[in-house]
Amino acid sequence: MATTGVLDSANLNGGQKLAAKYFIAAMILFGAQLLFGLLAGLQYLEPDFLFGVLDFNVNRMVHINALVVWLLYGFLGSVYWLLEDEAGHPVVGLPLGNLVFWVLTTAVAVVVLVFLLAQVGPGEMSTIWFINEGREYIEAPRWADIGIVVSVLVFFYNVAATFTKGHYTGIGGVLVMDLLALFGLYLAGMFYVTNVSIDQYWWWWVIHLWVEATWEVMVGVIMAYGLMKTLGVRRRIVETWLYIEVALMFGSGILGLGHHYFWIGTPEYWLTIGGFFSALEPIPLVAMVVHAVFDAGVNKIKNSNHPTMAWLIAHAFGNFFGAGVWGFMHTLPQINLYTHGTQWTASHGHLAFFGAYATINIAFFYLAMQKWRGNVWMEDALPGNGWKWKWALGLLSMGTVGMTMAMLVSGYEQSQIERAIEGSTWAGYFAAQAHPWFVQGMWWREAFGLMTAAGYALLVWDLLTIGRGEQRPMVDVQDKLTILSGRASATAIGST
Amino acid sequence: MATSPWWASESFWRKTAIWVTGVSLVVLILLTFDSMRQITAGSKRVPAYSAINYRIEYKFDEKRYVQVPVRGIKEPLFGKELSEQEAEALVAKGKMTIQAKNCINCHTLLGNGAYFAPDLTKSWLDPYWGSKETREQLMVDFIKDPSNKLHNALGRRMPNLGVTDEEARGVVAFLKWMSTIDTNGFPYNFKSMQQEN
Repeated sequence: MATTGVLDSANLNGGQKLAAKYFIAAMILFGAQLLFGLLAGLQYLEPDFLFGVLDFNVNRMVHINALVVWLLYGFLGSVYWLLEDEAGHPVVGLPLGNLVFWVLTTAVAVVVLVFLLAQVGPGEMSTIWFINEGREYIEAPRWADIGIVVSVLVFFYNVAATFTKGHYTGIGGVLVMDLLALFGLYLAGMFYVTNVSIDQYWWWWVIHLWVEATWEVMVGVIMAYGLMKTLGVRRRIVETWLYIEVALMFGSGILGLGHHYFWIGTPEYWLTIGGFFSALEPIPLVAMVVHAVFDAGVNKIKNSNHPTMAWLIAHAFGNFFGAGVWGFMHTLPQINLYTHGTQWTASHGHLAFFGAYATINIAFFYLAMQKWRGNVWMEDALPGNGWKWKWALGLLSMGTVGMTMAMLVSGYEQSQIERAIEGSTWAGYFAAQAHPWFVQGMWWREAFGLMTAAGYALLVWDLLTIGRGEQRPMVDVQDKLTILSGRASATAIGST
Repeated sequence: MATSPWWASESFWRKTAIWVTGVSLVVLILLTFDSMRQITAGSKRVPAYSAINYRIEYKFDEKRYVQVPVRGIKEPLFGKELSEQEAEALVAKGKMTIQAKNCINCHTLLGNGAYFAPDLTKSWLDPYWGSKETREQLMVDFIKDPSNKLHNALGRRMPNLGVTDEEARGVVAFLKWMSTIDTNGFPYNFKSMQQEN
C-alpha cells in the first residue's frame, strides 16, 4: 500500500524510480553550473581571482558542460518518467538502465575532476583521449565520448524496446526517431581534424542540430505529455500539435544550421540559406506558446499541479523569447557580422537555455515530487500559499532575464566599439572591454547571477519539502476535464 | 465523432513532418558535400597549409565589399620554407595544442568560443605584435609564458599553460594559416598590421 505525504518509492513505477535518480543528479549538476558560472563571471570583474588556480577557461568549461549534462539528464529522466505510462508496458531492460545510470554518473564525476585537477595537457593525442578535447561544449575526452555512446545505446534500446513490447503512440514514435537523431549526431563531434573549418563545420552539427532541432523536438514531446498530465488535454490534440511542431522545427532548424556557416570559411551561399531558414526558426516556438497557453486557457488553467503548470508556461514563453526572439535579433548575417562572438551570443545563450530547457526540466521535477509523495494535492492552498515555489520561479526567471539584459548591454557596446569602430584588433577588443558600459553590464550580470543562485537554493528547498505531510489527494484532471478539454481544444485545431 | 478538415488532421501533419524533415535533410547533405569540397585545405577558400610560406594580407575586395585574405610575396614562417607535408605537420601540432590547452574557453576561433580574450581569427595580423620582424618571436615567447607580459589595462591575463617551444611554434603556424581562410569578411573592418617594407 502506497503512502501519502512521504517520499516512498512504492509510489513510482520502475522507470520512474530510475528517472528520480536522473533528476537528483541533474539538480546537483545544475548547482555546479551556477557555481562555476558565478566564478567565471567574477573573473571578468576581478581578473586575479583564482588566477593560476582555477582559470577562466576551466570555470567556463565546467559551467557549460554542467549545463549540457544536467539538461540531458533531465531529458533522460523525463523519458524514463513517461515511458511506462506511454507504452503501456514496464520498462524493458531496467536493471541495465540502472547500471548505465551509475556508469554514466561516475564517468561524469571523473571527467569533472580531471577538468578541475589536470585542466590541460600536452599538445598530443593523449590529451584528447584522457584530459580534454578542447572543443567547446563537447570537451569531454574521447574515452568518455565512447562511454557516452555506449550508455545512450542502452538507453535507446530500453526506450525503443519498451514501445515495441507495449504500443507506439504518436508521442512514442516522435520520441524514438528524435532520440535516434540526437544520439547519432553526437558521433559527428568525435574526431580530430587539423582543418579548423572542417572541425567547426561538424562541431556545429552536434551543437546546432542538438539545441536548435533535436532538443527542441525532445521538449515538444515532454511538453505534450506534461499538458496531458497536468491539464488533461486530449491525446489527439497534443499529438497533432507535436507533428506540426516537428514539421516547423525541423523545416526551419535543419537548414537554419546555415547561420553558423557565415564566417568559418564555408561558401557564401550559406549567408542566404542560413539567414532565411534561421529567420523562420521562431515560428514553431510561437506555435508552442499558442498551444500551451490556449490549452491552459480552455481548461481555465484548472490543473493538477500548479508548479509544473507554471514552469510549463514559463517554458513556452522562455523558449519563444530566449531561443526565438533573442536568436532572431542577431541571426541575419548583416547584423551577425558585428555580433558574432560577442556578449550578444552569451545573452542569447543564457535566456535560450533557461527558457527552452531548464524550465521544462524543472516542471518535470515537480511532477516527480508529486507522484513520489503519493500523488498528493499540488494545486492552490499549499502551505504558506506555495510561496517557496513561486519565489523560486520568480528569482530564477528574474535572475536569468537580468543576466540576459546585462550581457545584451555589454554586447551592444562590444559590437559597436570593438567591431564597428575599432575593427576587432586586440587593442579594439580591450578598448571595448574597458568601457564603462561593458563593465557595468558585467557587474549587473554577476548581481543577477546571485539572484539566480538564490532562486536555485529555494528551488532545492521547495523540491525537498513540497507535499510533505500532505494528505489531500491529487484530483485527476483527466476525469474532471475530459469533456471540456475535448470540446474546446478540438475547436482550437479546427474540428467542427 | 466529427471528422477534422484536412489541415487539422493528425495524419496530414504526420506526413508533413516526415516529408519536411526528409527534404531538409537531403538538402543539407547535398550542401555538405559541396561545402566539404570548398573548405578542404588546398581549396580557394581554405588554402593549403604551405600558405604559411607566404606573406598573408587582409585586403578590401571592391566586388564583394568585404576584406579577404590575399597571398603576398614569399615570406616563410621562422625564415624556413616548408614542404606541404612539413607545413601540415607544424600546423597540426598547433591545432592539437590549441585543443589540449583549452584555448577556446577564453578565446574565439573564427568567432566561436568564449569571450574572455580576443578573437584569434586574424591574430597573426594584429598590430599588437609591432612589426613583421618582431612578430614571430614575440608570439612564440608570449604563448610560452604570457603571465608576466603586457596584456591590457584591465589586469586580465593569460595564464602560463606550460606550452613547449615546439608547441608554441606550431600554434603560431596554425594562427598564420588560419588567417588565410576566406571568412566572408569576418572580422569586418579589421585594421591589419603594416607589413610593407
